[in-house]
Amino acid sequence: MKKLISAAVALSLTGFVGMASARDYINVVGSSTVYPFATVVAEQFGKTSKFKTPKIESTGSGGGLKLFCAGVGVEHADITNASRRIKKSEVERCAGNGINDIIEVKVGYDGIALANSKAAPQFSVTRKDIFLALAKEVPDPKASESGRLVANPYQTWKEVNASLPDMAIEVLGPPPTSGTRDAFAELAMEGGCKKIGWIKAMKKKDKKMYKSICHTVREDGKYIEAGENDNLIVQKLEANKGALGVFGYSFLDQNSDKVQGSLVDGVAPTFELIADGSYPVSRPLYFYVKKAHVGKIPGINEYLAEFTSDKAWGDEGYLADKGLIPMPTEERKAFKSDVDGLKNLNL
Amino acid sequence: MNKQQQQQHERSMSRVEKGLARRYRQERNFKRLGLGAILMGLLFVSFLFISIFANGYTAFQQTFVKLDVFYDPEVIAPVGETDPDVLSAGHYGGLVKATMRELFPSVTNRRDKKKLYGLISTGAAFQIRERVMQDPSVIGQRESIWVPADDDVDMLIKGHIDLSLPESDRRIKDDQLSWIQGMQEDGRVEKRFNTTFFAAGDSREPELSGIKGAAVGSFFTLLICLAISFPVGVAAAVYLEEVAPKNRWTDLIEVNINNLAAVPSIVFGLLGLAVFINFFGLPRSVPLVGGLVLALMTLPTIIIASRVALKSVPPSIREAALGVGASPMQTITHHVLPLALPGMLTGTIIGMAQALGETAPLLMIGMVAFIVDIPGGAMDPSAVLPVQIYLWADSPERAFVERTSAAIMVLLVFLISMNLLAVWLRKKFERRW
Repeated sequence: MKKLISAAVALSLTGFVGMASARDYINVVGSSTVYPFATVVAEQFGKTSKFKTPKIESTGSGGGLKLFCAGVGVEHADITNASRRIKKSEVERCAGNGINDIIEVKVGYDGIALANSKAAPQFSVTRKDIFLALAKEVPDPKASESGRLVANPYQTWKEVNASLPDMAIEVLGPPPTSGTRDAFAELAMEGGCKKIGWIKAMKKKDKKMYKSICHTVREDGKYIEAGENDNLIVQKLEANKGALGVFGYSFLDQNSDKVQGSLVDGVAPTFELIADGSYPVSRPLYFYVKKAHVGKIPGINEYLAEFTSDKAWGDEGYLADKGLIPMPTEERKAFKSDVDGLKNLNL
Repeated sequence: MNKQQQQQHERSMSRVEKGLARRYRQERNFKRLGLGAILMGLLFVSFLFISIFANGYTAFQQTFVKLDVFYDPEVIAPVGETDPDVLSAGHYGGLVKATMRELFPSVTNRRDKKKLYGLISTGAAFQIRERVMQDPSVIGQRESIWVPADDDVDMLIKGHIDLSLPESDRRIKDDQLSWIQGMQEDGRVEKRFNTTFFAAGDSREPELSGIKGAAVGSFFTLLICLAISFPVGVAAAVYLEEVAPKNRWTDLIEVNINNLAAVPSIVFGLLGLAVFINFFGLPRSVPLVGGLVLALMTLPTIIIASRVALKSVPPSIREAALGVGASPMQTITHHVLPLALPGMLTGTIIGMAQALGETAPLLMIGMVAFIVDIPGGAMDPSAVLPVQIYLWADSPERAFVERTSAAIMVLLVFLISMNLLAVWLRKKFERRW
């Protein structure tokens, strides 16, 4: 009896290990911003090819790269999505774990919208306004060229810029763990911060200080961290007419009957204006492929072919229908040929 | 009774009477407070149920469109072709588009055509492909079939799109509206029971998404969880209650079990990540790991419930069994355990219901993932019901709102029926001594 039980246990354990050593589906991890696009491709791929549908986990860009760089082998992810470019430190981490060959694929662009309820007037702000309204410390309003910083004193948009409505500053946005927040800080806030001469000059002298001034969001309740769920922000905007929300373009696109995007530097967040690069708060989206897994895990080549096909990421492709802003034709062609040739990432 | 005593008695009586009204009032207020608490609870529960139901009941219906498809041999495969590889490679999307063009011959401009094709779900092409694969003899013939409409059309038919808004703010444009109305007049648009919702896995197209994948994933996860936590939990409870000596060590173990029952569930997820995935190398996102993690989480609940059940078996039963010569093991297996089993099962079912609704520990082990294929076993990647709800709640498409609520309703049905089963078991087998 005892022997039988121990034999059964041993058998089932080896069974698990045996099953773990073979994987017939692609394992994708990474950014929650790329997730809605990658899942559409995966589903299409699963339905039209003889391969299984890839499994896609939404772990955030940083979390995804951490899993991706953990090592080579079936227990590790094959592809990671990222809403920012891979960092040098991450490439080194990958190399430390034996991952030397990574293929970089740029998917397209994503606009970050600053939106409010349709019931309220549309905003038209500059990036400098955004910085002044949301930064933790701003140049002293009494002597803005003095190089002195004070805790953000602005309570209403009108105080920030006389042309803006007399409404209390209230912005709902993602928490610091989010890639959207990183991009918002980098593109919108830093973009506005750079407009202030003496802060810009600081970039060369003290980069760390510069970054901390430009990227630190105020914590006195004017910027409200509303969680990673963009739908929730849209719902809150509907209920709270005086508030603005920060979220990705695809949510603006799907909820255009409820919320309107604010003009940033005079440009509205529309599909065309993000695509041609005139909307200032947009960022590229990427995914990274582990070359060592190509050929080992069935279907990676075909998945890449599906993702980089014109019917997916093209101007009229199904990803554009889901709110992805496609790259210009030339850029698409370049990345497509990189993918076909499995060209290595070169930072 | 002398006079003084009488006076004293009257004084105290008057004091009592003076306070009586106040005491009655306090009594009434006390009752009202309790009743108020119950009513408040009921109000919140009914508010929750009504809002979920109001949001979600429309998801059980789906809009379908009737198409007269010509199975064009030039697009699919020659008549008489039976090779599945050739059949599956046919350009079925083109077939749907051709049918739509036939229906609205006046649409010629490329942009308008795209809008026209957008009325039909991308699932239509797969449905037609399946039809042809099943019965290749339809090639070359014409047939009327009902295919799912796009989610935006579905939202329009269900009245979730406000037509008073300007065209640019609507997902359905004016010309699309006129096409839909044209089809409606022809009797080509119909709301039907949404079988896809119960038969499909996850999808990024709301009209093609379903909860079966998540339900099957939940089933495997709970199966693993039950297979581990029930025997281990009962064995631990029997040992602690019937066999173990009462000393400092068993006291310490008891305190720790009670502590474990109060540990936040995410901690078990972290433990599972460290032990099962990082150390034992089990794959992420599989029900096996999910079940193991949830088993750890439910173990304390089961042990505590089982110990209470064992405690409630009167000592006279044990003494009688031992007195007629049963061994301690026979006493436990023949008498104590069967009598305590209903209580143990009740505790187990409540623990399982808790596990069914758990999301946090599963986040850590990668069960929050987009999985289309329905899992075939405990080693296939899968999601579970609460995770599916979480994923849908985070999707941009409007049609996922109602599906989120519908999935909550399904989860609630499971939870309520499990709890009812527990109540029924208790009522049926409960014995008072």
